Amino acid sequence: MSTLLDVDDLRVTFPTRTGRIEAVRGVSFSLGRERLGIVGESGSGKSQTGRAIMGLTPPQAEVTANKLAFDGIDLLTASPRDRRALRGKRIAMILQDPKYSLDPVMSIGRQIVETLRTHEKVGQAEARDRALAMLEAVQIRDPARVFDLHPHEVSGGMGQRAMIAMMLIAGPEMMIADEPTSALDVTVQLDVLGILDRLVSERGMGLIFISHDLRLVSSFCDRVIVMYAGKVVEQLAASELGRAQHPYTRGLLNCMPKIGADRHPLPVLDRRPEWAA
Amino acid sequence: MTAALSVDRLEVVFDRFRALKGVSLEVQSGESFGLVGESGSGKSTLLRAIAGLAPAASGSITVNGKALGARRDKAFYREVQMVFQDPYGSLHPRQTVDRLLQEPLAIHGFADGEKRIQRALDEVGLGTGFRFRYSHQLSGGQRQRVAIARALILEPSILLLDEPTSALDASVQAEVLNLLEEIRRRRKLTFLMVSHDLAIITHMCERLMVMQNGEAVEHLTAGDLVERRVTRDYTRNLLRASDGFVRT
Repeated sequence: MSTLLDVDDLRVTFPTRTGRIEAVRGVSFSLGRERLGIVGESGSGKSQTGRAIMGLTPPQAEVTANKLAFDGIDLLTASPRDRRALRGKRIAMILQDPKYSLDPVMSIGRQIVETLRTHEKVGQAEARDRALAMLEAVQIRDPARVFDLHPHEVSGGMGQRAMIAMMLIAGPEMMIADEPTSALDVTVQLDVLGILDRLVSERGMGLIFISHDLRLVSSFCDRVIVMYAGKVVEQLAASELGRAQHPYTRGLLNCMPKIGADRHPLPVLDRRPEWAA
Repeated sequence: MTAALSVDRLEVVFDRFRALKGVSLEVQSGESFGLVGESGSGKSTLLRAIAGLAPAASGSITVNGKALGARRDKAFYREVQMVFQDPYGSLHPRQTVDRLLQEPLAIHGFADGEKRIQRALDEVGLGTGFRFRYSHQLSGGQRQRVAIARALILEPSILLLDEPTSALDASVQAEVLNLLEEIRRRRKLTFLMVSHDLAIITHMCERLMVMQNGEAVEHLTAGDLVERRVTRDYTRNLLRASDGFVRT
């Protein structure tokens, strides 16, 4: 398996009034053309990890690593211009809530066309055709109508599909999905995941799926990284989740209510300081 | 046993859109009742109509045997309190926790505010150390605990819970659900709880109603769901969704 992304000892530090806060503290992993899940609670550093790879860390923060390379390109020393060329073209990112991540004053079609024409030299008419084809690929039934709608005119599920269409149109090799379905209804979640799953496997992309829902991630990904307080506490194959060793991983699995399991009260996480050490 | 809350053929109309199309339900005193459905199914509107936040076009609502008029009086809010979905939006950003909790006490003219605030904070597991913080200094779970404390401080008998944990992490969700269960047991409260997650509803509620497009499509008990005795495809879809992603 060829390695697409190589991360070694990634650290993201934020300077604050009360000292430096390390949001990500030495994360290492590599990604091939596979589905990798990153799981953790709020504040575990999972989103900052994704953002550092994408190059979207806020300017005041400091990103260091022994190695942060995408397909042999060193992302830490790459110029802003080079990174901009990568972003959207070869690495794409889906954010949590389409209400905030889509441009509210631009029609959905124009946003998709804009992404495409930023990265490829195509004419207006061809760009439109490809955008429509992409909207169809994410199972939007009437692409021509949706093309002209603005984000506030579509539902959350539809907006997230449009977002996926926009991210996939330039044909990226790697996709980072940061809680792509958390803002959606349970039933719509499955549709969107199904679409994402099909497109990712058809195109042989590498996927990093960031979520706080361990069970969802394990049903979707090949491999799972569990993060706590900026560190990786456990790395395992999704199929072996039942044999998780770390008490934090087991706690995350157990704390969800399940139909048919009568557990009152629900087990809660007993957070230990040594996990963060 | 008397019904703590009964809703009879309630209609809610926004402009020309019928958000609720004649929904009826009865919740017994001390019971925990769940409302399930997708976005736009009217489950939150039903809750808001009961709380007086959405206009009822027709139908009736009865709380503890007393029919409600178009306006809710103070006595109503002593009995019925609501916890909202988004703890980031439902707490005043420029008020301390103390100020937030004092407001309902001042409105209802309680004299023993000091004691009540301390007790409410203890009850939701925050302690008095949080009393003079602002909501932006709290985590999502802590904020939702403050919202629950605010609802409890008037000692209501009915709590309306509108997706109280959907904005929270799974691990924090477990803590808040446990807290709600414990409070209900201790205070013998009646719950009416909205969620799109069937697993949460079966965990928290004895009976539930499935809603779609402003109508009640199915009444079930938690046991029915566990044994998958459901008659409607819509409910079956919701059940399947709660099992998680399955690759086809």
